[in-house]
Amino acid sequence: MVKFEIHDLNIWFGSLHAIKHVNMEILSNEILSVIGPANSGKTTFLRTLNRLNELATNYKITGAAELEREDIRGIEIEELRRKVGMVFALPLPLPLSVFDNVAYGVRMHGERGKKKLEEKVEEALRQAYLWEEVKDRLSESAFKLSGGQQQRLCIARTLAVGPEVILFDEPCSGLDPISTAKVEDAMVKLKEKFTVVLVTNNVKQAARVADKTAFFLSGELVELDNTDRIFTAPKDKRTDGYIRGKFG
Amino acid sequence: MSNSKTSQKIAFFFLFLATLLIIVPVGLIIVIIIQKGLPAINWQFLSDIPRQGMRAGGIFPAIIGTIYLVTGAIIFALPIGLLAAIYLSEYSKDNLLTRIIKLAIVNLAGVPSVVYGLFGLALFVVFCKFGASIISGSLTLGIMILPVIITTSREALESVPHSFREVSLSLGASKWQTIRNIVLPNAIPGILTGTILGLGRAAGETAPILFTVAAFYLPRLPHSILDQAMALPYHLYVISTQVPNVDEKIRYGTALVLLALVLIMNLVAIIIRYKFRKKKKW
Repeated sequence: MVKFEIHDLNIWFGSLHAIKHVNMEILSNEILSVIGPANSGKTTFLRTLNRLNELATNYKITGAAELEREDIRGIEIEELRRKVGMVFALPLPLPLSVFDNVAYGVRMHGERGKKKLEEKVEEALRQAYLWEEVKDRLSESAFKLSGGQQQRLCIARTLAVGPEVILFDEPCSGLDPISTAKVEDAMVKLKEKFTVVLVTNNVKQAARVADKTAFFLSGELVELDNTDRIFTAPKDKRTDGYIRGKFG
Repeated sequence: MSNSKTSQKIAFFFLFLATLLIIVPVGLIIVIIIQKGLPAINWQFLSDIPRQGMRAGGIFPAIIGTIYLVTGAIIFALPIGLLAAIYLSEYSKDNLLTRIIKLAIVNLAGVPSVVYGLFGLALFVVFCKFGASIISGSLTLGIMILPVIITTSREALESVPHSFREVSLSLGASKWQTIRNIVLPNAIPGILTGTILGLGRAAGETAPILFTVAAFYLPRLPHSILDQAMALPYHLYVISTQVPNVDEKIRYGTALVLLALVLIMNLVAIIIRYKFRKKKKW
């Protein structure tokens, strides 16, 4: 099923043309990875999908991004962000306890019942494969967890509000290989229920986890295809050059 | 080589000397005031009304007056200052109006305190018909400390990491929810610090209360907020310059009480800031 449809998307920050004429579809229950060198517009593209770019001043957008055929600018922004969750590059726990971090979004959407919150927190932590490690530490500060645990906590926090799409913005850039493997495992399991978009600087990570891979260069979508194809027989020379490590 | 080392040593020496010099006036003020004022301090001095034309008795009404004035100033200035700071740091766009507001705040901070006194006299005492009263004095002091509160609160709000806001918004929280649940709680120590610094300033100023509230001699407690009141800084001025033959002990005793009041407030601010900083994890 088509989750996101992007039509001729252009984004400017001031005079910087950050995204240029991008058209694509994002299917549900798949991991789409977005690769490309620094400043190629990957993160900007990702932050378009939950309208987080709009926090910047002198931001301009043309074209459209549709979530299930509805223009995302027509969806109430809180509702859009509940449906389209995001995990950031660095583990960013809020300065709250483990429990309150996961419960935060749920509370903001109006859930006050203690029982219901506890259920949601446990479910989300289980989905992020963190429950067993933190079930006795729920009232501790989230900053006491290790980096990898913090990042899975952030995933749980995103899952708790019941999203349909999860955006990962280089989620493993600050993690060691073992923590990275755990986060990748979680992502692969998540695609059964969610649509996953993964921006990564790590080409190998894309090859490991993604069903489809999109290659961005200077704000343009150069190529989007099945991950196997991108890594074995890319159509574009530039894609080939990037994944072989010739530039970037 | 040795030449540059020597000049470095000389430079260090002078930098250190200049820094050391800062301690001298602070230390001297405190030492002299304690030395001369401490003998006056006893329970009667703190709890009795002034007697014999302020040449004996205590300064209780002045202490209470100052506490009333400071409390009133903060009740007025904290909500307005905080709300303005939230607007400026979280909502305002960089446009002409915002720039005018910011300029106004800077100028408000630069206005001499005696001008506030005159302004308070014209607006609150005369125009609003509050008369010389605690409410006129409190409002005047409140306006005087507004810029301190706005500026420190804004800095406190802006020092909350941007990433926290993004996380909160990305979870579908509204902007106001984000401010209330994430930004404000983490800015509280900074806001408190600014507030207490404002309090200290309000407690110590003489000029703004001169025309708006301060009673020359009122040996009783004020009855209501529309009543005049004595206040420590003005009382100190009066017994130092207006009343002949006041014992030096009493003057320095009053100064000591005022200084202690302000220093205690600053100390509380420092302790709060320290405690919250230790808790801070980013």
